Amino acid sequence: MGRFIAKRFISMLVTLLFVVTITFFLMHAAPGGPFSREKALPAPILKVIEERFNLDKPVYQQYLIYLKDVAKGDLGPSFQRVGWTVNEIIEKTFPVSAKVGGVSVLLVLILGIPIGIVSALKQNKWQDQLAMFFATLGVTIPSFVIGTLIVHIFSTNLRILPSNGLSTWKHYIGPVIALAGFSLSFVARLTRSSMLEVMQQDYIRTARAKGLSEFTVLTKHALKNALIPVISYVGPLVAAILTGSFVVERIFAISGMGKYFVESVGNRDYTVIMGVTVFYAIFLVVMVFVVDILYGLIDPRIKLDR
Amino acid sequence: MSFIIKKGGKRMTKKGLALILILTLVFTSLVGCGGQQQEQAKVENEKVLKWNLGSEPKTLDPQLNSAQDGGHVINNVFEGLMRDANGKYEPAIAESYDISEDETTYTFHLRDAKWSDGKPITAYDFEYAWKRALDPNLIPEPSEYAFQLFYIKGAQEAYEGTGSLDDVAINVIDEKTIQVTLTAPTQYFLELTAFYTYMPVRKDMVEKDPQKWATNPETAVSNGPFMLAEYNLGDKVILKKNPNYWNVDKVKLDKIEAYMIVDQSTSLSAYEAGDVEVIDEMPVQEIPRIQKEDPTFKIFPQVGTYYYIFNVTKAPMDDVRVRKALTLAINRKQIVEKVTLAGEIPATGFVPPALYDANGKEFREVAGDYGVDVTKAQVEEAKALLAEAGYPNGEGFPELDLVYNTNEKHKLVGEAIQAMWQDNLGIKINLTNQEWAVFQDTRHSGNFTVARAGWLGDYADPMTMLDLWLSYSGNNDCHWNNPEFDAAIEKAKTITGEERFKLLYDAEKMMIDNQIVMPIYYYTQPVMVKEYVKDWNKTPLGHWFFGYADIEKQ
Repeated sequence: MGRFIAKRFISMLVTLLFVVTITFFLMHAAPGGPFSREKALPAPILKVIEERFNLDKPVYQQYLIYLKDVAKGDLGPSFQRVGWTVNEIIEKTFPVSAKVGGVSVLLVLILGIPIGIVSALKQNKWQDQLAMFFATLGVTIPSFVIGTLIVHIFSTNLRILPSNGLSTWKHYIGPVIALAGFSLSFVARLTRSSMLEVMQQDYIRTARAKGLSEFTVLTKHALKNALIPVISYVGPLVAAILTGSFVVERIFAISGMGKYFVESVGNRDYTVIMGVTVFYAIFLVVMVFVVDILYGLIDPRIKLDR
Repeated sequence: MSFIIKKGGKRMTKKGLALILILTLVFTSLVGCGGQQQEQAKVENEKVLKWNLGSEPKTLDPQLNSAQDGGHVINNVFEGLMRDANGKYEPAIAESYDISEDETTYTFHLRDAKWSDGKPITAYDFEYAWKRALDPNLIPEPSEYAFQLFYIKGAQEAYEGTGSLDDVAINVIDEKTIQVTLTAPTQYFLELTAFYTYMPVRKDMVEKDPQKWATNPETAVSNGPFMLAEYNLGDKVILKKNPNYWNVDKVKLDKIEAYMIVDQSTSLSAYEAGDVEVIDEMPVQEIPRIQKEDPTFKIFPQVGTYYYIFNVTKAPMDDVRVRKALTLAINRKQIVEKVTLAGEIPATGFVPPALYDANGKEFREVAGDYGVDVTKAQVEEAKALLAEAGYPNGEGFPELDLVYNTNEKHKLVGEAIQAMWQDNLGIKINLTNQEWAVFQDTRHSGNFTVARAGWLGDYADPMTMLDLWLSYSGNNDCHWNNPEFDAAIEKAKTITGEERFKLLYDAEKMMIDNQIVMPIYYYTQPVMVKEYVKDWNKTPLGHWFFGYADIEKQ
């Protein structure tokens, strides 16, 4: 176990280094810079700014400087939000995204998995068909359509939901539905198909033959195996949803970190581009790691180190 | 070690571990879920204005700001020597001023006004702020709007590193008197002192936290009708009445909540639901409906022009006849009525309406329309010019790229013009959109033939539009070089009165005769403000001012 963790830790670092390197050089390859302005800055001033932020150095040197800083946990100052560091921006905005994202992930787990199980058990009955009808809709309708419809119908016309911000529990309804819609449907479908497959396995027949109650067969034998694909989907999902969605946060005017993934690129706000990318990448590799350990615990046949 | 755990006692550990990990998974997703709600006790009869600022300001520091959104907040929180309110410039922190005979020395006498923390406002605060804007080594960044102070002797030299800040002609005569000397008479200098770059700041507060003083309520000591109460990154700014404001009796609002709702549809929904009471951006396609249904929708003029620039160094745009033909071959009325929809005014000149000359006449009216009919495309004339230039019926005319920055509205305008040129002149144009940063590069480097452009005035004088086209201006993306034009503008910068305006009229005529740009429309400012919000102010330069606003709910 210890060796496994050490090995995984090293491979996580390598992954992160790749992410940082590729993002850094792609970003610098794009035309324009953080200080390209419509009203062009005078040359002497541009020089002062570039010197201050090391932008006058060759790109590889900037890269090395960045690596050194990021190793210390310093993500640098934002060029777009004057006076704010990237660390501060993430500290302020991540919790906001995580609140909405957390509720969404819970919804995905609490509703998605049971719906999938019920569908599988009632295969081709009306319950299954109804659930899968909505699940198909949920997978095909993009979040911005769901979000816009919610705002238009429930906020503007019916006026039963607030339109912007996150100040009461009611504010969460719209964004959570828009954010969870796809994953919820996907998890339901995934659980269903994987459940169906597992239920036909020999060991389920054996379990039943042993005279176990149907409940024990389901929870102890079937579900455990059926959940493996679901867990491998939910792991990265947690990282993705918790770091915010550009579209959903924009539609519901939520001050999360989702917008920085997109805005920073348009502004060539180099440090923010790097900062949110690194943050997300770390989150993602950690979640994948957690999933790997869960695999081994749920299904002893999956060996972690070989 | 193998991960398969032996039977017996350890089984529990394994289960326990699984449980813990699953809990971690769930718990991570719960992080922060239980954020407590801040239900602030609402004070009875408190007057709170809910306003959508539209986007997150880059900064709230008066000297560092260079954008509209930050300018709106600063305009309500700080106050300069003069104040732009109700379309007039009135003395604000300055009680009175004297102008020397040669119109180059201004002496301002400050009134007994206080900062929001009760300390008196002195001439030193202005000196500090102005020199701060000119400091090329300012922390966190040098000011991008320092050029607004270049009228002051020694200012440009100090900013560009060839002079010293000590030599800038700003003199504090005593605590309440400040004197500046300009390089040349500047008719609109008083107006400039109402602009945010000229607003005073407190040295002790700035130095406490040079990075973030302006967004921290503890250090953001200000001198305007409101003061900063709360700043939530990406969410909202809350302002409250400044009890120490010198004109506090006129301030009726207790609080302003300024939201940063970026999405125009969401902003409109919030307005229609009553969650915000003031908005100034709405989706274009909704405007016809709003205009019909909602009487609170209003359109104001704005000092700004939407136009296309021609790269005059590149064939076929190096031929003025081609540029003229293209300019004549579009129907501007159709564009504003069918495409842009926000009541824009078809443009034939470059200086927008709402700017006045020395005789109080509107510049636009005097300068005229240069013989361009905005209600139709002048196809015959355009065709004749194009034929003269060697392209009869558009034959042999190269396929051109029209470059614009990615935006739905620019795309629609581009498509309309593409179709008009195709139908009227028989020439083919391709539309290319570029992301903003790339687009800047393209225009500055001259790597285009026709490109979209827009310019909003920084001060209420035609110069704010015309000096763009000086051959050495960093904004002359047409790459046009006309010594006669340069001479006229340079001369106009040193004199005042009627003579000066004669030069400005000549200058505009020169650039339009040469057709370096194709004016399309003058910008407008569509706004929606609930009818119970009274006495708010939006200046032609686009700044919101709520200092004298009131809420009168029945």
